[in-house]
Parts: sequence; C-alpha cells; structure tokens
Amino acid sequence: MTEIGSAPLTGDTMVGGDDVIEDARASLWRRWLRNPSALIGGIIVVLVVASAVISLVWTPYNPLAVDPSHALSGPSLRHLLGTDEYGRDVFSRLMASSQVALFVGFLSVLIATVVGIPAGLLAAERRGATGQVVLRLADILYGFPALLAAVVLAAAFGASKTTVVLAIGISYIPVFVRVTRSNALVVLNSEYVLAARAYGRRPLAIMRRHVIPNILTTIIAQMSLLFSLAVLAETALDFLGLGTAAPAASWGTMLQSSQNYLGNDPLLTVWPSVAIVLCVLGFSLLGDGISELRDVRSSR
Amino acid sequence: MPLLRVRDLTVTGGPLTLVRDVNFDVNAGERVGLIGESGSGKSLTSLAIMGLLGEGLSARGEVSLDGENLLSASERRRCEIRGNRMAMVFQEPMSALNPTRRIGDQVGETLRIHQGLSRRAARTAAVELLRRVEFADPERYVRMYPHELSGGQRQRVMIASALSCDPEVILADEPTTALDVTVQRRVLDLLDRLVDETGCALLLIAHDLAVVSEVCDRVVTMYGGRVVESGSVAQIIDEPRHPYTRALLATSTALSVAETSSGANLPSIPGSVPSAGHFPQGCPFRDRCDRRVDACVEMPPTEVHGTRSLACWNPVDDSELVHEEAP
Repeated sequence: MTEIGSAPLTGDTMVGGDDVIEDARASLWRRWLRNPSALIGGIIVVLVVASAVISLVWTPYNPLAVDPSHALSGPSLRHLLGTDEYGRDVFSRLMASSQVALFVGFLSVLIATVVGIPAGLLAAERRGATGQVVLRLADILYGFPALLAAVVLAAAFGASKTTVVLAIGISYIPVFVRVTRSNALVVLNSEYVLAARAYGRRPLAIMRRHVIPNILTTIIAQMSLLFSLAVLAETALDFLGLGTAAPAASWGTMLQSSQNYLGNDPLLTVWPSVAIVLCVLGFSLLGDGISELRDVRSSR
Repeated sequence: MPLLRVRDLTVTGGPLTLVRDVNFDVNAGERVGLIGESGSGKSLTSLAIMGLLGEGLSARGEVSLDGENLLSASERRRCEIRGNRMAMVFQEPMSALNPTRRIGDQVGETLRIHQGLSRRAARTAAVELLRRVEFADPERYVRMYPHELSGGQRQRVMIASALSCDPEVILADEPTTALDVTVQRRVLDLLDRLVDETGCALLLIAHDLAVVSEVCDRVVTMYGGRVVESGSVAQIIDEPRHPYTRALLATSTALSVAETSSGANLPSIPGSVPSAGHFPQGCPFRDRCDRRVDACVEMPPTEVHGTRSLACWNPVDDSELVHEEAP
C-alpha cells in the first residue's frame, strides 16, 4: 500500500515533472516548424512587421519625395521596383504602406477583442435573458456590413484612418462574441469547471483561471485570421478613397492611382497587389497554423 | 440535530420532475450510502445538495447544513461552504482535473480559496495532502499534469483535494466506478480510512450494495427519483423489505456466488430503468416489480419505523426472507 505513489497503478508511462514541460515547449516549437501553414505564415508576418518597423526609421527614399524627372521609370538598380507617376520610389512607398496596414489591422482587432471577448464571456456565463440580449445585439451588428459602416462614418466624420479602424473594428465585434461564447461554453460545461465550483470558486475566478487560459489559443488564431481580413478591408476602403488621404502611402491608394497607368507601367499595379496578397496570406496562414497546432495538442 | 438534513428535496428540469420529495439525514461523522441504478436520481440529489445543478435544473425543498438552509442561501454564501465545509469527489477523475494545470495547484486550490494561502504555501500544503493519500513521492507529483497520472492516482488527487479544508461532510459520487477493478479496492479503503481519521461525515453514492455495506453505517435506496427504502446497513442487507432493494441485493451478492458455480445465470432485475420523466404513475418500480398489487398505481406513503423507512404497498416480510434463504 505504501508504494502506490511510486509506481503507476495502471500501465501509464511516468515521466518526470519539469522535463515534460520543457519537452512540451520544445515539441511545440518543432511542430511549429513542421507545420507549413504556421511556418510560412509566421515568416511572412515577421517580414511584414519588420518592413513596417524599419520604415519608421529608414526607407531607401523618402516615400513622399517627388522626382518628376524619374516618373514611371520602371525597375532599376536605383529604384528596385521603379517609380510612380510622380517619380516616388515604389519600394519605399510599399514599406511605408505596411505601417498603415498593420496600424489599422492591429487597432481594429484590438477594438473587436476588447469589446467582443468580454461580451462573449458574459453571454456564456449568463445564458438567460442577459446572454440572449448580448447575442441579439451581436446579430444586429453582424447584419451591418463593414463597408457600409465605413461609408457612413466617412460621410459623417470625413475619411481617415480612424474611421476605417472604427468601421472594421466594430464590424468584427460579433465574430469575437460568437467565437468566445461557444468556446467558453465548452469549458464551462466541463467536469473540471464543475469540480472548481465544488471547491467554492466564484464565477469570475472560474472565468479567469479556467475559461480564459483554455480558449486563448482559439482566440489568438481567430485574431490572426481577422487581422488578415482587416488588412484586406483597409486596402479596399483606401482604394475607394474612404480611408488614407491622398499623398500618404497605402497599398489601397497605390493600387487606385496605378489604374491610370495600367498601359504605361502595368508593374505599378502588380507591386501593391503582391504586397496585399502576401500580407493577407501571411496572417491567415498563421491563424490556420495556430488552430492546427492547438488541435494536435488537444488530440494528444 | 443532523449535520445534513434533506427534506422534500425535489429537482425539476422544465416539465420533468427528476427527483421527488427526497428525505434523509446525515449525522456528524456518519456514513450514509445512497444506492440505486443509473437514472434513479442519486447524482442529481448530490449535485442539488452541493448547489451545482446544471443549467435549466432547479431544486426545491430543504437542504440544511447545521441548521442553515442552503437552498435559500445566496450564491456567495454557498461558495463559502462548498469545498470548505462540504466537499465533493466526482465519478470521473479524468475529466474532473483541469488538463492544463499542475496537480499541486489543483490540490491546493481549495486551500487558496478558503484559507487565503499563497501559491507557494498551497503547494507546500499540497505535498502533505498527497502524502496523506499515499503518494510515495509527493514532491515529484505536485509538478505533474493530470495526463501523467493513472486513473487511481487522479482519484486519490481528487480525494486529497476534497479533504484539504477538513470538511464536515464529503459527498462521493461513485468514486470508484470509473476506475480499474484492481485499484477500486485501494481507493475505497483509502477513502474509508481518511473519513475515519478526520471524523467527517460521508455520503457515498454507489450502485453496488457490497461497496456500501462495507463502508457505510446506513443505506438509502433510491429509484425513479424517490427514496424507496432506508435503514441501517444491517437492516437493509439482512432483511431488505422493498422489492427493489431486494433485487439490487440479489444482483450484488450473486456476483460472488457466480464465481464459484460457473455456468449459473446471473440474476438481473427484469426490464430497464425508464428515462427521466417516463416512470409509471404511482410506485415508479411497479412495471418491473414481481410483487405488484393493484394499489401500486398510487404512490405508497413512506412509513417510518424507528431507524428505517419504507415506501411499498406490498413489502417483503421477514418470513419470506427466511424461506428464501433456507435452500
């Protein structure tokens, strides 16, 4: 009877405490490297973020510097990706534009999570009238398209990055309400939450200690996916002239102005498009990768 | 005054009455076994006592701990009592532990909630608690995660956690059912010994009369959400008077007999437990009962004689029992 503790009672393999956690961390890293979505997505995201950060302090040329003598010059050693109709360096402008994309993506996802996650947790905890009200409000928001919201906001307050952020952020709130609520419900219905309640844990502490840590991976994956969609929406709004104002660089405005020179220099359209596709692909691959990594972990 | 007093406890879920008018007491230090097949309302009764009924279920009646009615208490007050004065051991130790948290943190959680221990102090306490439930190397186990432990070890972790605040009563809901047969005995013996040492009361839910007769002082038999019979272990085992208790007893003792006389058919209770809300009117057992009489269409009143109670129109009497045991 005294030796039960040292030997497993069934055939389970026993492994030492801290080593296991390090193993788990190491294997998470290894699985990350082996998962193509997570790996490629991660690399692209790092590149985009790096170019945005570097562009804050250095770009090959000033992205706003006009040089009429070298307008529409095409790719060369001096201008890697060529120049636009005002002779501005396209590569520098692409770099500077990533700031805008990340700024809008980050802030709109922030708005959506700051409002959506607590609302989703509330709806999961109070399944009665309160929860229904939260869900119905989310439904109403869900039925209101982001583009329309942006047009309305731009008409009311003038087109700017702020209106774009608000429009995209608000329109993604319901997504987080739903994702948070459904995942939180799974945890709240688990036996170990019942056990925690039997220990005398209060509802708020259960949320903090059990629910949030367990749904975090799913939420992060969702944030990455919505980040990519936010970037896409941002370029669309800029393209329509509802966002970033004229001289400032953004992928949407670059794409918009390049249309007029499609015959002279078709590459001008290609560069911002490639940047948009890469950025969107990167964040959505990363999101997919994170949810796949999570599935592997939970299936073990 | 009994430590735990359950009076007319009724659990409803929408239009269904799942537990009806349940009455029993658990005195300080007493061990009461709650038996019945799956679906007879045992687990719901224990969850209602803890105040942990799921969404859409509600309890009426009285559940008093030391004279304080818990059903009318605030949720805040109930949180103070749960885990502290009244603890629960669940059936499935696999799912009752959070897979993402270390054993030490989970064993110490109750102490942190009710005694305000720091994380470090709780972990030290957890080592001692694990030692009490016979872990030979507790310092190593507190750092592990639930998936690294066997079923029996996890259930001992749950027991350690239930004992941590020295509760006055422990509710154990089929604590050994989910375990390998080989470790059931050890876990049961451990629970038995620890309840003995701490002097706390025990409400043991089981479907196996053999388990209950070994550990408990008194037995409460439930069927169809009602208490059909209760009494001391000796009374119930030696002279069960309700046909349902008798049938349960027959299936339980027959197992040991069957081992010696191979080929003999195991006795079973004819029919199956109806799903919730589909029990017949009147006595819930009447469709499966071999002693039913016309009166069974109405629910028999619960008659109390000294230490035992019985709800049956046509109970087994002593002469029949003697007759049955003779051959």
